[in-house]
Amino acid sequence: MTELQKTPADTGQTPSGDPFLSVRDLRIHFDTDDGLVRSVDGVSFDLHKGRTLGIVGESGSGKSVTSLGIMGLHRSKRARISGEIRLNGEELIAAGPERVRQLRGRELAMIFQDPLTAMHPYYTVGAQIIEAYRVHHPEASKKQARARAIEMLDRVGIPQPDRRVDDYPHQFSGGMRQRAMIAMALVNDPSLLIADEPTTALDVTVQAQILDLIRDLQEEFGSAVIIITHDLGVVAELADDILVMYGGKCIERGPAETLFDAPEHPYTWGLLGSMPRLDRELQDRLVPVKGTPPSLINVPSGCAFHPRCPYADLTGGRSSSEVPVLVEAAPGHHAACHLPAAERHRIFAEEIAPRL
Amino acid sequence: MFAYIIRRIFAAVVLLLVVSAVTFAIFFLLPRIAGETADQLATQYVGKNPSPEAIAAVKQNLGFDQPLYTQYWNFLKGLVSGAEYKFGPDPVTCHVPCFGYSFKNHLEVWPELTKRIPITLSLAIGAAVCWLVSGVTTGVISALKPRSIFDRLAMGIALTGVSLPVFFTGALLLTLFSYQWPILDNLQYVDFTDDPLMWARNLILPWISLAFLYSALYARLTRAGMLETMSEDYIRTARAKGLVERKVVTRHGLRAALTPIVTIFGMDLGLLLGGALITEQVFSLQGVGAFAVQAIADNDLPKILGVTLLAAFFIVACNLVVDLLYALVDPRVRLS
Repeated sequence: MTELQKTPADTGQTPSGDPFLSVRDLRIHFDTDDGLVRSVDGVSFDLHKGRTLGIVGESGSGKSVTSLGIMGLHRSKRARISGEIRLNGEELIAAGPERVRQLRGRELAMIFQDPLTAMHPYYTVGAQIIEAYRVHHPEASKKQARARAIEMLDRVGIPQPDRRVDDYPHQFSGGMRQRAMIAMALVNDPSLLIADEPTTALDVTVQAQILDLIRDLQEEFGSAVIIITHDLGVVAELADDILVMYGGKCIERGPAETLFDAPEHPYTWGLLGSMPRLDRELQDRLVPVKGTPPSLINVPSGCAFHPRCPYADLTGGRSSSEVPVLVEAAPGHHAACHLPAAERHRIFAEEIAPRL
Repeated sequence: MFAYIIRRIFAAVVLLLVVSAVTFAIFFLLPRIAGETADQLATQYVGKNPSPEAIAAVKQNLGFDQPLYTQYWNFLKGLVSGAEYKFGPDPVTCHVPCFGYSFKNHLEVWPELTKRIPITLSLAIGAAVCWLVSGVTTGVISALKPRSIFDRLAMGIALTGVSLPVFFTGALLLTLFSYQWPILDNLQYVDFTDDPLMWARNLILPWISLAFLYSALYARLTRAGMLETMSEDYIRTARAKGLVERKVVTRHGLRAALTPIVTIFGMDLGLLLGGALITEQVFSLQGVGAFAVQAIADNDLPKILGVTLLAAFFIVACNLVVDLLYALVDPRVRLS
């Protein structure tokens, strides 16, 4: 726990002190019959307690694989994981699976996308929360654990928690199930909460409630939160910092405000352009990002986004031959793009910003 | 829950009535349709070279001269209040529940059947325990390490087990362990209450031969079920809680994978309780199955009817138990 790594200066605006979670050059590759799948290919970020990081990207960009990697939940022998994940200074990739298991559920907790399939259909909601509590509190009696479960259900806003604790997941509505999942994840006061698409399976009115709940609980418990989503609206609500992933790589990261106001990467422009906005004038139609997400086995050469990038021609061929590195474009704001910064800012100001 | 149970029991009784009516019709109506006269039908119920008087007596006693629905009604009445047959000089009483009276060897069917139930019960339950334990364990281990050497070996043996009939494995086991190396010779059914040890010793070979067949099936079923449940989201949730893998597998994986196995187990056990025909023949066990085989060989209709109804009862009863268990096992089916 002593060998704390110094935060690189490039983390910019984040609060001072060592980050609670520090990920360095994380690579998660899978051996498959079709070839090596580079699901996550060199991702780095820092996260401080009390802060929220939003990881954004399309399906298959490596968001969920990253989060499962932090949780140590890649069990397949075909998974090859390298890099560094430091939680409160402790390196997790080299740590034994038993050590990571002890941390799972206690220090690291996770909320999953679909609360119906993520809860066991044969056990009551209470039993599942009690189980999560007693794994890490073996000394607690059943009665204490039950009281704790009811307290948590109450805390996440389940009405009549002392009665609903004995209900089965199928007796809960979708929003209540997600609340129960959150109660289960927070029952051991984890320092890091990973929410993997926590609102995707819910209807819009419930989405806002769940996001509010996550924000309130974070303020209350002061934990670090990673929120993974393909929905920029969600990160706009919650995140302090945003990391945009494409083809297993981080292509842009920075504070939420600057990323929304002055996005640097053409892919981020595309994401913003494809997002419905109520605070802007009605436009004819949303602009999708052309093309399909890249294959993670045969990742396009150079910049993985270049086959879909409308400005790839402006890089003088570099976009298809050279992998761009993350460069600081503004304080704390990094982007991996071959377009010269001036050119990028001109295109954004002239072509993109008016359409957003 | 209570109303549900009552409803299910009521449905089971109705089902048994239907089965009895159909069976009854097959044995007593079909021959008439095929052109057999009441006299010819009655001839089957008396010994060889019967006198015309004997035939007439049987015809009257069994009511072959009456319309079919009256016959069926009398049969049902016999079940609840017994029956009396005037056969020869003395009337013969068929006690409650009267499943019929064999005029071939002058015995009531029901006591003959009940004598054999403990044997079939011992055989079926013992074998079921063996195959459940071995099959489910093998299936779970195979599923946890798919494509490992254990998995391939176990599934290979399972395939062999499914393919080999009991009369082969049974005969092989007998040859090996009763004749070649007489460890388990002189196999005679001993009642459990008399000597539990001898009971188990003398039944172990039939158990193994039956269990080999079934555990193969159950191993494959369990493996498939476990492979499916272990990739479910709630398994990932269980791991994310920090549960040790053993608990993830048993409490979360196996718990869900067992549900379909319970269903099939109910059917298999019910079928087996109606008589393990081949196994009982191979090991000379005088169980319900042997009784059925004998009844068919003798063309003794009351016995066939009785054993058919008993088998139907076991299947219906086992399925009823499974349905009730299901409500306990899977909370989502409760009370609906």
